[in-house]
Amino acid sequence: MSGGRRILVLLAAVALLAATGTLAVLHAAGQARGARADGPPVRAGTVTLGAQPDGPRLVFRSMTWGPDRDELASVPLGQPDDTRTAASAPTCLRFHAAAGTGICLQAVHGPVQDGYRAVVLDAALHEVRHYDLAGIPTRARVSPSGHLVAWTVFLSGDSYAGGSFSTRTSVLDTRTWTLQENLEDDAVTLDGAPYRSPDVNVWGVTFADDERFYATVATGGRTYLAAGDVTRRTLTTVHGNVECPSLSPDGTRIAYKKRVPGLPDDAPWRLYVLDLRTMAESATAEQRDVDDQALWLDGRTLAYALPSDDGTDVWSVPADGSGAPALLVRAALAPAVVR
Amino acid sequence: MYLADSRHTPASDAAPARRPGRPARIATTVLALGTVSLVTDISSEMVTAVLPLYLVTTMAVSPLGFGVLDGVYNGATVVVRLLGGLLADRPGHRPGGYGTDDHGAHGQGHDTDGHGTHGHGRHKAVAAAGYGLSALCKPALLFARTTPVLGLVLAVDRAGKGLRTAPRDALISLSTPPERRARAFGVHRAMDTAGALAGPLLAFLILRAAPGGYHAVFTVSACVAALGVLVLVLCVPARPGGTVGGVLPRPAGRPVARLLHLPGLRRVCLCAALLGLATLSDSFVYLFAQRRLGLPAGWFPLLPLGTAAVYLLLAVPLGTAGDRYGRRRVFVLGHLALLSGYAVLLLRPAGGLPVAAVVLTLHGVFYAATDGMLAAATAAVVPAARQGAGLALVGTGQAAGRFGCSLAVGVLWARWGDGTALAAMTAALAGAVAVAACVLRPGPARGEEAA
Repeated sequence: MSGGRRILVLLAAVALLAATGTLAVLHAAGQARGARADGPPVRAGTVTLGAQPDGPRLVFRSMTWGPDRDELASVPLGQPDDTRTAASAPTCLRFHAAAGTGICLQAVHGPVQDGYRAVVLDAALHEVRHYDLAGIPTRARVSPSGHLVAWTVFLSGDSYAGGSFSTRTSVLDTRTWTLQENLEDDAVTLDGAPYRSPDVNVWGVTFADDERFYATVATGGRTYLAAGDVTRRTLTTVHGNVECPSLSPDGTRIAYKKRVPGLPDDAPWRLYVLDLRTMAESATAEQRDVDDQALWLDGRTLAYALPSDDGTDVWSVPADGSGAPALLVRAALAPAVVR
Repeated sequence: MYLADSRHTPASDAAPARRPGRPARIATTVLALGTVSLVTDISSEMVTAVLPLYLVTTMAVSPLGFGVLDGVYNGATVVVRLLGGLLADRPGHRPGGYGTDDHGAHGQGHDTDGHGTHGHGRHKAVAAAGYGLSALCKPALLFARTTPVLGLVLAVDRAGKGLRTAPRDALISLSTPPERRARAFGVHRAMDTAGALAGPLLAFLILRAAPGGYHAVFTVSACVAALGVLVLVLCVPARPGGTVGGVLPRPAGRPVARLLHLPGLRRVCLCAALLGLATLSDSFVYLFAQRRLGLPAGWFPLLPLGTAAVYLLLAVPLGTAGDRYGRRRVFVLGHLALLSGYAVLLLRPAGGLPVAAVVLTLHGVFYAATDGMLAAATAAVVPAARQGAGLALVGTGQAAGRFGCSLAVGVLWARWGDGTALAAMTAALAGAVAVAACVLRPGPARGEEAA
């Protein structure tokens, strides 16, 4: 090919590729602006984390395409198909709430790179305080009293090194604003013996009260359910092969992701329930790969997110292994029950 | 075919193509490959920058899920890299050239006229296959809605990267006269790093224009990757002009074993592996910096940018310095910069951002003084027909060393804490630098790297 022809081909290709790229961005920008016709009905309104005189509501991150994406929205827990009410602020990637306290893990758009922050919300969704985060938000929980807040972020490796990942889990006391930035600094007891290792990762806190919590501890390629103590700063493993625990309202059972042998490496989890009194494990009726920290809607029912065209939908299934999974809320993630 | 700066005779220094008072120009092949890398890095870093975000916030994959995705196919790249080097060196379509086997009985490795046309394997073809494979993965991301498929796409992408690295570096060294190779590699690495810095920027601009528009990011990335392949195919000659690397005879034996019979390569490979054993992975450097200097959490994601910016600025000047004062010397000095960085982290004269800036600058100097330099130093001790495999071998040695270092730091940290781990690595690096300084000592007696 002659030099001139080569340049011509190159220029034509640049024009074609630039047009394709521009169209893709314009299409996505349009999708971000306008709601999809087949999406769930939304109306703007007030979302509150305070007492709900009309019965409990489910508050969650709305994943509908359009201007309401990532806003907090709510539906009546009894009629989740009702038109959702979406609050214009804040936008959150992860969310949880209890007793009038909310935690919203959000992206902050910077000039060069996005940053993330954890925002503590009051019942009217106003910011009380915020903390910069070192990585991408994945899990958030508020203790039943609303006093303690926990979050997990994901520190990605960088382009030179690659292959490495770690998590950082922090616990915040909203009464004193004391922040334990990294639970990995807690004293770990593994299978009854003191344990230290730089590969310890902690994620997915679930609170029993303002003192005790459960979380996943991972080290040496294995995961454990650990019982934690906020004041003594200890983590004690109590069971193996548990990820993203979620404690039932009565404190007797843990819903969690179990890595089930024989499943493919990249979709290895099933939703299980562990009875803390007998340490007996039981599978739920959900047969798909679940990669979420489940939520107890009440003492009997679990809610969890599964991938969908919108990103994720929230499904529910009975905790005792009976019944069948059912779609709870379309285009939703990170739900919390507000009573 | 031969470029103006293709002769390493003093006469070429006065060639008209060169403006007075300025260093000789960079071979167009190197600039073309630099452009390919720049464009490809924009494409791949766009995806790398948003992928964790996409997985964790949109697909709701957990951290461990991402770790699995990231780690599953990591080991295979080493094999693919060696394979890329060996494949690229296989004689190409030159009729009656080097025959079907490469036992060095034909004497083709011996012509010393500096214009040898030997060594033209299938570098371009193998590099194009590697770039092409990775480019095909970008549109595939659009259709990967489940974790297993996504894992597969990422694996193929990584295999493409493994495949192309050695043949691309071989093309750079084959198209540049030996005495300017370090600068050529510096130019290439600077362009590569510029792409790596621009990619995330472009990705986040797209996400700013279209919130949640990850598919737009992947589409643009695919277009950019296609452009990279096109530049490679159209602008990089299949048989680079210019001089050839070594004039050493090729001993008989298995390809890799045969390479290790080259005393110069053995030394470079040994030093690369040894220094690699004392080189903390970037993650550890940033982790040490954040923990020991008490940096605010929000700064953590920005630390790699500091290293990359210094690397970008210094890759060419330090490459030029390498050509002038000795590549191996600059390579060893670069590790001294890293050693100083360790020492600063260890002694902690103060906390906070200014000290972190010093550490990141030293880290960037280290990359600028060693990454391209190692390739240039390797190219100098490997015959032209074996450039791909030689470069792949040294790169693999270095990567293996660094992997060992990560394991060792993990164990040390677990048993004795981060201070001890860092102290041990500082001592190990000091020892490795001392050994490398002796082993890589330039001198006429060794017959290599003569100025």
